[in-house]
Amino acid sequence: MRKITYKEALREALKEEMRRDPTVFLLGEDIGRYWGGAFKVTEGLAEEFGDERVRDTPISENAIIGTAVGAAITGMHPVAEIMFGDLTALAMDQIANQAAKIHYMFGGQINCPLVIRTPFGAGVNIASHHSQSLEAWFMHVPGLYVAVPSTPYDAKGLLKSAIRGDNPVFFCEHKLLYPIQGEVPEEEYTVTFGVADVKREGADVTVVATLYMVHKALKAAEMLEAEGISVEVVDPRTLTPLDKQTIIKSVKKTGRIVIVSEDCKTAGVSAEIAAVVAEEALDYLDAPIKRVAEPDTPIPFSPPLEQYVIPDEKAIIKAVKEVV
Amino acid sequence: MLNLSKEKHVEMLRKMLEIRFFEEKVFELYAQNLVPGTIHLYAGEEAVAVGVCSNLRKDDYITSTHRGHGHCIAKGADLKRTMAEILGKKTGYCKGKGGSMHIADFSIGMLGATAVVGAGIPIAVGAGLSIKLRRTDQVVACFFGEGASNQGTFHEGINMASIWKLPVIFVCENNLYAMGTRQSIVMNIENIADRAVAYGIPGGVVDGNDVFAVYEAAEKAVERARKGEGPTLIECKTYRHKGHSRVDPARYRPKEEVEEWLAKDPIKRFKEKLMHARILNEAEIQHIEREVSVEIEEAVKFAIESPFPEPEEAVEDVYA
Repeated sequence: MRKITYKEALREALKEEMRRDPTVFLLGEDIGRYWGGAFKVTEGLAEEFGDERVRDTPISENAIIGTAVGAAITGMHPVAEIMFGDLTALAMDQIANQAAKIHYMFGGQINCPLVIRTPFGAGVNIASHHSQSLEAWFMHVPGLYVAVPSTPYDAKGLLKSAIRGDNPVFFCEHKLLYPIQGEVPEEEYTVTFGVADVKREGADVTVVATLYMVHKALKAAEMLEAEGISVEVVDPRTLTPLDKQTIIKSVKKTGRIVIVSEDCKTAGVSAEIAAVVAEEALDYLDAPIKRVAEPDTPIPFSPPLEQYVIPDEKAIIKAVKEVV
Repeated sequence: MLNLSKEKHVEMLRKMLEIRFFEEKVFELYAQNLVPGTIHLYAGEEAVAVGVCSNLRKDDYITSTHRGHGHCIAKGADLKRTMAEILGKKTGYCKGKGGSMHIADFSIGMLGATAVVGAGIPIAVGAGLSIKLRRTDQVVACFFGEGASNQGTFHEGINMASIWKLPVIFVCENNLYAMGTRQSIVMNIENIADRAVAYGIPGGVVDGNDVFAVYEAAEKAVERARKGEGPTLIECKTYRHKGHSRVDPARYRPKEEVEEWLAKDPIKRFKEKLMHARILNEAEIQHIEREVSVEIEEAVKFAIESPFPEPEEAVEDVYA
């Protein structure tokens, strides 16, 4: 199968959906022909679809999402890009109070089919305002779906599903994932929300990981294999809806779980998954639940400081060894 | 006087009366403990919603605020379903999930009331963008108060509408107070419309208690929007007859000020003008008033007799 990058996979999804459906359009800061998106995801799209449908906006995050909401409830399918995940804080009212609630608050009269794409993640030395992982904020808002693709295949398939869906989707990307390569078929496919993917099968420990942490978990699993520990890596792919069954099924098999997430530990992604396992699968556990996450600090700038807070393979291996 | 048919005048008066009588009834029902939560009454500001919406087609859009009953009625919402929603009933527009501050009727282009001050502004801009992308000649009227003009959404939204020449009419209902805060405490300008200059769009102040003045300003703005020439900011100086919300006796407003504005009651002035111009006589007006009263009574009866939703419906409609 051909291999393309995560970034190219996202671009293909946008391109194919824009060709399929004239109501799909993109808006965001510097996504158009002059820059092609801060991470170049939308590069070349303005040339094919024009400036109207690949729309550069002012630096007005709250209005970018508000405008997308207004368009979504009047017949369009907007895909908004927020240049860095940290900046979604500026648009939180429109995301959490408007987009997420419109369907419910108005008694199901109207759908709000809007996709918000944004990159999270640390590791490129751009400090506290451009490096956070805030997925958990959006898990806490009923009415939103939250996607966390870790591979080019999942990125393309989930983005296509997100655009075709009837609900607002918060679509998390990760800066370090954009250049990674993976197999993506030429032919049409989508990935369904709420279906986790077992990225590696194993027997001794379940490691649940998301976004870039999936790749670190896979590397750790390989190293542990050499030491005779068989690790199963489960990637939820979407946090809302969360495929509890696949996680629980894996826990039933291994009896041990380590949850790896790049966000802060307190009230984070790993906390929710740990709670699900504790509530619904405690009897199958042979060891305490372990979490590997960032400490509760902002992301620092200086490389040694930054590397200290980002979970790495060593931390994953240590956690796995603590439970086997 | 405007060059409008007698039917149009009657329709405008009827809408203004519907809003006034509706709000009086809501106040009464609230006193009888039949309205859960809070209410923000539109009484006194009827000329704004009616003056603007009388220029709109059914397929045009509006966005609304926490003080939104008047906008809904002016756009043509069903009185029964509106009242039922305010009472939290299953037959309400939102099946009891929205209440007084969140009424919507997408079948008439009423895109919903948001209770976050200023949040409707970018949503209206998005509806305008949608119109432009779909290449229709619809327009959007975006209602908000003077307090909302201090929100970032006002700046972000109007700037976007301006650069993209979107068909949006920004209607600022300046009732002088944001809750209990007088405009002069939070702004160093008298006219919100002056801010239009900052976005390179036309802006103007009108007497918001004169339905003809509002109608005329909105007519111009709607025409400009339909022609694809872009947005307009209209500031309507008006006054709410009641306090901000249910618990507010509005003691922060000087008595003389309240009296002065009550004397400028938009319905009273409209009726006088209609009689003076011999468009309607007193008997005809009284006839319309009786008809509207009956309509409101029917809405109240419908709402009171309607069932509450089943409790477990609370977890429905979270996702489409």
